[in-house]
Amino acid sequence: MKKQLFVKGMRHGIPIMLGYLSVSFGFGVLCIQLNISILAAVGISVTNLTSAGQVAGVEIIAAGGSLIEMILCQLVINLRYSLMSLSLSQKLDPSFNLMHRLFVAYGVTDEIFAVASSQPEPLKPAYMYGLILTPFLGWSTGTLLGAVAGDIMPASVTAALSLMLYGMFIAIIIPPAKKNHKVLFVILIAAALSVVMHYLLPMITGGFAIIIAGVIASVAGALLFPVAVEERGEAAE
Amino acid sequence: MSIVIYIAVMAVTTYLIRMIPFAAVRGKIKSRFINSVLYYIPFAVLSAMTFPAIFYATGDTVSSVVGTVIALVLAYFNLPLIVVALSSSAGAFVTMLIMGII
Repeated sequence: MKKQLFVKGMRHGIPIMLGYLSVSFGFGVLCIQLNISILAAVGISVTNLTSAGQVAGVEIIAAGGSLIEMILCQLVINLRYSLMSLSLSQKLDPSFNLMHRLFVAYGVTDEIFAVASSQPEPLKPAYMYGLILTPFLGWSTGTLLGAVAGDIMPASVTAALSLMLYGMFIAIIIPPAKKNHKVLFVILIAAALSVVMHYLLPMITGGFAIIIAGVIASVAGALLFPVAVEERGEAAE
Repeated sequence: MSIVIYIAVMAVTTYLIRMIPFAAVRGKIKSRFINSVLYYIPFAVLSAMTFPAIFYATGDTVSSVVGTVIALVLAYFNLPLIVVALSSSAGAFVTMLIMGII
Protein backbone atom coordinates (compact mmCIF):
# COMPACT_ATOMS: atom_id res chain seq x y z
CA MET A 1 0.00 0.00 0.00
CA LYS A 2 2.77 2.40 0.97
CA LYS A 3 4.81 1.29 -2.02
CA GLN A 4 1.85 1.86 -4.34
CA LEU A 5 1.40 5.37 -2.95
CA PHE A 6 5.11 6.09 -3.35
CA VAL A 7 5.03 4.98 -7.00
CA LYS A 8 1.87 7.00 -7.60
CA GLY A 9 3.67 10.06 -6.21
CA MET A 10 6.68 9.44 -8.42
CA ARG A 11 4.41 9.13 -11.44
CA HIS A 12 2.69 12.42 -10.61
CA GLY A 13 6.14 13.99 -10.33
CA ILE A 14 7.32 13.02 -13.83
CA PRO A 15 5.89 16.04 -15.70
CA ILE A 16 7.46 18.29 -13.04
CA MET A 17 10.76 16.46 -13.45
CA LEU A 18 10.79 17.13 -17.20
CA GLY A 19 10.13 20.83 -16.67
CA TYR A 20 12.81 21.01 -13.99
CA LEU A 21 15.40 19.36 -16.23
CA SER A 22 15.40 22.28 -18.64
CA VAL A 23 15.18 25.06 -16.06
CA SER A 24 17.99 23.58 -13.97
CA PHE A 25 20.08 23.06 -17.12
CA GLY A 26 19.87 26.83 -17.56
CA PHE A 27 20.83 27.29 -13.92
CA GLY A 28 23.87 25.04 -14.36
CA VAL A 29 25.04 27.06 -17.37
CA LEU A 30 24.52 30.32 -15.47
CA CYS A 31 26.68 29.05 -12.59
CA ILE A 32 29.59 28.34 -14.92
CA GLN A 33 29.10 31.77 -16.50
CA LEU A 34 29.39 33.27 -12.99
CA ASN A 35 32.54 31.23 -12.22
CA ILE A 36 30.81 28.91 -9.78
CA SER A 37 32.12 25.35 -9.89
CA ILE A 38 30.15 22.33 -11.11
CA LEU A 39 30.23 20.83 -7.62
CA ALA A 40 28.94 24.03 -6.02
CA ALA A 41 26.21 24.36 -8.65
CA VAL A 42 24.94 20.84 -7.97
CA GLY A 43 25.35 21.39 -4.21
CA ILE A 44 23.13 24.47 -4.41
CA SER A 45 20.44 22.65 -6.38
CA VAL A 46 20.45 19.62 -4.09
CA THR A 47 20.17 21.70 -0.91
CA ASN A 48 17.74 24.37 -2.15
CA LEU A 49 15.38 22.93 -4.77
CA THR A 50 14.09 26.31 -5.93
CA SER A 51 14.64 28.26 -9.14
CA ALA A 52 14.33 32.00 -8.51
CA GLY A 53 15.98 31.83 -5.09
CA GLN A 54 18.96 29.96 -6.48
CA VAL A 55 19.50 32.40 -9.34
CA ALA A 56 19.42 35.36 -6.97
CA GLY A 57 21.67 33.39 -4.60
CA VAL A 58 24.40 32.71 -7.15
CA GLU A 59 24.29 36.33 -8.27
CA ILE A 60 24.92 37.38 -4.68
CA ILE A 61 27.74 34.83 -4.37
CA ALA A 62 29.31 36.00 -7.64
CA ALA A 63 29.12 39.63 -6.51
CA GLY A 64 30.59 38.77 -3.09
CA GLY A 65 27.49 40.04 -1.29
CA SER A 66 26.91 39.82 2.45
CA LEU A 67 25.19 36.97 4.28
CA ILE A 68 22.47 39.37 5.47
CA GLU A 69 21.75 40.20 1.84
CA MET A 70 21.58 36.47 1.11
CA ILE A 71 19.17 35.74 3.98
CA LEU A 72 16.85 38.69 3.24
CA CYS A 73 16.83 37.92 -0.45
CA GLN A 74 15.94 34.25 0.06
CA LEU A 75 13.31 35.30 2.57
CA VAL A 76 11.56 37.63 0.15
CA ILE A 77 11.84 35.42 -2.91
CA ASN A 78 10.82 32.24 -1.11
CA LEU A 79 8.22 33.70 1.24
CA ARG A 80 5.50 32.21 -0.91
CA TYR A 81 6.61 28.74 0.19
CA SER A 82 5.48 29.60 3.72
CA LEU A 83 2.00 30.10 2.45
CA MET A 84 2.13 26.89 0.44
CA SER A 85 3.42 24.94 3.45
CA LEU A 86 0.69 26.50 5.53
CA SER A 87 -1.94 25.48 3.03
CA LEU A 88 -0.55 21.93 2.69
CA SER A 89 -0.40 21.53 6.47
CA GLN A 90 -4.21 21.61 6.44
CA LYS A 91 -4.36 18.69 4.03
CA LEU A 92 -2.08 16.20 5.78
CA ASP A 93 -3.17 12.71 6.79
CA PRO A 94 -2.92 11.97 10.57
CA SER A 95 -0.04 9.57 9.75
CA PHE A 96 2.08 12.67 9.06
CA ASN A 97 4.12 12.89 12.26
CA LEU A 98 6.67 15.58 13.01
CA MET A 99 9.54 13.64 11.45
CA HIS A 100 7.69 13.24 8.15
CA ARG A 101 6.79 16.92 8.26
CA LEU A 102 10.44 17.89 8.71
CA PHE A 103 11.47 15.82 5.68
CA VAL A 104 8.61 16.71 3.37
CA ALA A 105 8.94 20.46 4.09
CA TYR A 106 12.19 20.36 2.08
CA GLY A 107 10.26 19.58 -1.10
CA VAL A 108 7.59 22.28 -1.12
CA THR A 109 8.01 23.98 -4.51
CA ASP A 110 5.47 25.81 -6.68
CA GLU A 111 4.84 22.80 -8.89
CA ILE A 112 4.89 20.12 -6.18
CA PHE A 113 2.52 22.26 -4.14
CA ALA A 114 0.20 22.62 -7.13
CA VAL A 115 0.00 18.86 -7.69
CA ALA A 116 -0.23 17.96 -3.99
CA SER A 117 -2.98 20.46 -3.27
CA SER A 118 -5.03 19.23 -6.22
CA GLN A 119 -5.24 15.70 -4.74
CA PRO A 120 -8.77 14.87 -3.59
CA GLU A 121 -7.69 12.80 -0.56
CA PRO A 122 -5.53 13.72 2.48
CA LEU A 123 -1.81 13.56 1.76
CA LYS A 124 0.13 10.57 3.08
CA PRO A 125 3.92 10.63 3.63
CA ALA A 126 4.69 7.87 1.07
CA TYR A 127 2.88 9.77 -1.68
CA MET A 128 4.69 13.01 -0.85
CA TYR A 129 8.11 11.32 -0.85
CA GLY A 130 7.41 9.93 -4.32
CA LEU A 131 6.09 13.27 -5.55
CA ILE A 132 9.26 15.00 -4.36
CA LEU A 133 11.73 12.34 -5.54
CA THR A 134 11.25 12.52 -9.32
CA PRO A 135 11.34 16.36 -9.53
CA PHE A 136 14.40 16.32 -7.21
CA LEU A 137 16.18 13.95 -9.60
CA GLY A 138 15.27 16.17 -12.56
CA TRP A 139 16.46 19.30 -10.77
CA SER A 140 19.84 17.92 -9.69
CA THR A 141 20.55 16.04 -12.93
CA GLY A 142 19.64 19.07 -15.04
CA THR A 143 21.98 21.27 -13.00
CA LEU A 144 24.83 18.79 -13.42
CA LEU A 145 24.26 18.52 -17.19
CA GLY A 146 24.03 22.30 -17.57
CA ALA A 147 27.16 22.93 -15.54
CA VAL A 148 29.16 20.26 -17.38
CA ALA A 149 27.91 21.55 -20.74
CA GLY A 150 28.76 25.10 -19.71
CA ASP A 151 32.22 23.94 -18.73
CA ILE A 152 33.09 22.07 -21.94
CA MET A 153 31.27 24.22 -24.51
CA PRO A 154 32.90 27.25 -26.09
CA ALA A 155 32.40 30.44 -24.07
CA SER A 156 30.24 31.92 -26.85
CA VAL A 157 27.71 29.08 -26.57
CA THR A 158 27.65 29.36 -22.78
CA ALA A 159 27.12 33.10 -23.10
CA ALA A 160 24.15 32.59 -25.40
CA LEU A 161 22.70 29.83 -23.22
CA SER A 162 22.87 32.05 -20.15
CA LEU A 163 19.80 33.77 -21.61
CA MET A 164 17.84 30.54 -21.16
CA LEU A 165 16.78 31.08 -17.57
CA TYR A 166 15.71 34.66 -18.14
CA GLY A 167 13.84 33.53 -21.24
CA MET A 168 11.99 31.03 -19.09
CA PHE A 169 11.18 33.66 -16.47
CA ILE A 170 9.70 35.79 -19.25
CA ALA A 171 7.69 32.81 -20.49
CA ILE A 172 6.34 32.39 -16.95
CA ILE A 173 5.29 36.00 -16.32
CA ILE A 174 4.07 37.21 -19.74
CA PRO A 175 1.07 34.90 -20.38
CA PRO A 176 -0.64 35.70 -17.02
CA ALA A 177 0.18 39.41 -17.50
CA LYS A 178 -1.58 39.35 -20.85
CA LYS A 179 -4.79 38.08 -19.30
CA ASN A 180 -4.59 40.00 -16.03
CA HIS A 181 -3.74 43.70 -16.03
CA LYS A 182 -3.11 43.74 -12.28
CA VAL A 183 -0.28 41.27 -12.80
CA LEU A 184 1.02 43.32 -15.73
CA PHE A 185 1.04 46.42 -13.51
CA VAL A 186 3.09 44.65 -10.81
CA ILE A 187 5.54 43.25 -13.37
CA LEU A 188 6.11 46.66 -14.97
CA ILE A 189 6.64 48.40 -11.61
CA ALA A 190 9.10 45.72 -10.50
CA ALA A 191 11.04 45.86 -13.78
CA ALA A 192 11.14 49.66 -13.77
CA LEU A 193 12.40 49.86 -10.17
CA SER A 194 15.00 47.19 -10.82
CA VAL A 195 16.27 48.96 -13.96
CA VAL A 196 16.43 52.34 -12.21
CA MET A 197 18.36 50.90 -9.26
CA HIS A 198 20.80 49.07 -11.50
CA TYR A 199 21.68 52.04 -13.71
CA LEU A 200 21.13 55.03 -11.43
CA LEU A 201 21.74 53.65 -7.93
CA PRO A 202 24.63 51.21 -8.40
CA MET A 203 25.39 51.22 -4.66
CA ILE A 204 22.32 49.03 -4.16
CA THR A 205 23.63 45.54 -4.86
CA GLY A 206 21.76 42.94 -6.90
CA GLY A 207 20.14 41.01 -4.06
CA PHE A 208 18.84 44.12 -2.33
CA ALA A 209 17.59 45.54 -5.62
CA ILE A 210 15.49 42.38 -6.12
CA ILE A 211 14.14 42.64 -2.57
CA ILE A 212 13.27 46.34 -2.85
CA ALA A 213 11.72 46.11 -6.31
CA GLY A 214 9.86 42.89 -5.46
CA VAL A 215 8.41 44.17 -2.20
CA ILE A 216 7.43 47.64 -3.43
CA ALA A 217 5.76 46.26 -6.57
CA SER A 218 3.84 43.54 -4.66
CA VAL A 219 2.71 45.92 -1.92
CA ALA A 220 1.63 48.49 -4.54
CA GLY A 221 -0.31 45.75 -6.32
CA ALA A 222 -1.89 44.57 -3.06
CA LEU A 223 -2.92 48.13 -2.08
CA LEU A 224 -4.30 49.15 -5.47
CA PHE A 225 -5.67 45.79 -6.64
CA PRO A 226 -6.28 43.45 -3.70
CA VAL A 227 -7.07 39.92 -4.84
CA ALA A 228 -9.72 37.59 -3.47
CA VAL A 229 -8.31 34.49 -1.76
CA GLU A 230 -9.77 32.19 -4.45
CA GLU A 231 -7.76 33.96 -7.17
CA ARG A 232 -4.54 32.99 -5.50
CA GLY A 233 -4.59 29.51 -6.97
CA GLU A 234 -3.76 31.01 -10.37
CA ALA A 235 -0.44 32.27 -9.10
CA ALA A 236 1.26 28.90 -9.58
CA GLU A 237 4.21 29.41 -11.88
CA MET B 1 34.11 34.18 1.97
CA SER B 2 33.93 30.45 1.33
CA ILE B 3 31.18 29.39 -1.04
CA VAL B 4 30.27 26.61 1.39
CA ILE B 5 29.12 29.21 3.93
CA TYR B 6 26.99 30.98 1.33
CA ILE B 7 25.40 27.71 0.26
CA ALA B 8 24.74 26.64 3.86
CA VAL B 9 23.12 29.98 4.74
CA MET B 10 21.05 29.89 1.57
CA ALA B 11 19.88 26.32 2.15
CA VAL B 12 19.04 26.79 5.84
CA THR B 13 17.06 29.99 5.14
CA THR B 14 15.10 28.37 2.33
CA TYR B 15 14.43 25.27 4.42
CA LEU B 16 13.21 27.19 7.48
CA ILE B 17 10.81 29.21 5.32
CA ARG B 18 9.22 25.97 4.17
CA MET B 19 9.49 24.02 7.41
CA ILE B 20 8.24 26.42 10.10
CA PRO B 21 4.68 26.77 8.79
CA PHE B 22 4.58 23.11 7.82
CA ALA B 23 5.58 21.85 11.25
CA ALA B 24 4.21 24.52 13.56
CA VAL B 25 1.51 26.81 12.25
CA ARG B 26 -2.20 26.01 12.35
CA GLY B 27 -5.04 27.89 10.73
CA LYS B 28 -5.28 30.01 7.60
CA ILE B 29 -4.09 33.50 6.80
CA LYS B 30 -7.18 35.70 6.67
CA SER B 31 -5.70 39.10 5.85
CA ARG B 32 -6.62 40.06 2.31
CA PHE B 33 -3.66 42.42 2.11
CA ILE B 34 -1.11 39.75 3.04
CA ASN B 35 -2.72 37.25 0.68
CA SER B 36 -2.55 39.81 -2.11
CA VAL B 37 1.13 40.54 -1.47
CA LEU B 38 1.89 36.82 -1.50
CA TYR B 39 -0.04 36.45 -4.75
CA TYR B 40 1.99 39.19 -6.48
CA ILE B 41 5.44 38.38 -5.08
CA PRO B 42 6.42 35.63 -7.55
CA PHE B 43 5.61 37.88 -10.53
CA ALA B 44 7.35 40.90 -9.03
CA VAL B 45 10.47 38.97 -8.07
CA LEU B 46 10.82 37.19 -11.41
CA SER B 47 10.39 40.50 -13.21
CA ALA B 48 12.96 42.28 -11.03
CA MET B 49 15.42 39.41 -11.53
CA THR B 50 14.97 39.38 -15.29
CA PHE B 51 15.23 43.11 -15.88
CA PRO B 52 17.76 44.53 -16.44
CA ALA B 53 19.93 41.37 -16.06
CA ILE B 54 18.68 39.94 -19.36
CA PHE B 55 19.96 43.04 -21.22
CA TYR B 56 23.58 42.08 -20.53
CA ALA B 57 23.36 38.33 -19.79
CA THR B 58 25.47 37.27 -22.79
CA GLY B 59 28.13 39.83 -21.96
CA ASP B 60 27.15 41.89 -24.99
CA THR B 61 24.21 44.30 -25.16
CA VAL B 62 23.08 43.88 -28.77
CA SER B 63 22.83 40.08 -28.72
CA SER B 64 21.21 40.16 -25.27
CA VAL B 65 18.56 42.62 -26.43
CA VAL B 66 17.85 40.52 -29.54
CA GLY B 67 17.38 37.50 -27.26
CA THR B 68 15.11 39.54 -24.97
CA VAL B 69 12.86 40.66 -27.81
CA ILE B 70 12.57 37.10 -29.13
CA ALA B 71 11.67 35.84 -25.64
CA LEU B 72 9.01 38.56 -25.16
CA VAL B 73 7.39 37.92 -28.53
CA LEU B 74 7.33 34.12 -28.20
CA ALA B 75 6.08 34.31 -24.60
CA TYR B 76 3.33 36.65 -25.77
CA PHE B 77 2.15 33.87 -28.10
CA ASN B 78 2.14 31.38 -25.19
CA LEU B 79 4.89 29.15 -26.54
CA PRO B 80 6.26 26.55 -24.09
CA LEU B 81 9.01 27.63 -21.67
CA ILE B 82 11.71 25.55 -23.30
CA VAL B 83 10.90 26.88 -26.78
CA VAL B 84 11.04 30.48 -25.55
CA ALA B 85 14.30 29.85 -23.70
CA LEU B 86 16.13 28.07 -26.52
CA SER B 87 14.94 30.47 -29.25
CA SER B 88 16.10 33.40 -27.16
CA SER B 89 19.55 31.84 -26.77
CA ALA B 90 19.72 30.87 -30.45
CA GLY B 91 18.81 34.42 -31.50
CA ALA B 92 21.56 35.84 -29.32
CA PHE B 93 24.07 33.31 -30.66
CA VAL B 94 23.27 34.09 -34.30
CA THR B 95 23.51 37.82 -33.54
CA MET B 96 26.97 37.36 -32.07
CA LEU B 97 27.99 35.36 -35.15
CA ILE B 98 26.72 38.05 -37.51
CA MET B 99 28.43 40.81 -35.57
CA GLY B 100 31.67 38.86 -35.70
CA ILE B 101 32.07 38.78 -31.92
CA ILE B 102 32.69 35.04 -32.00
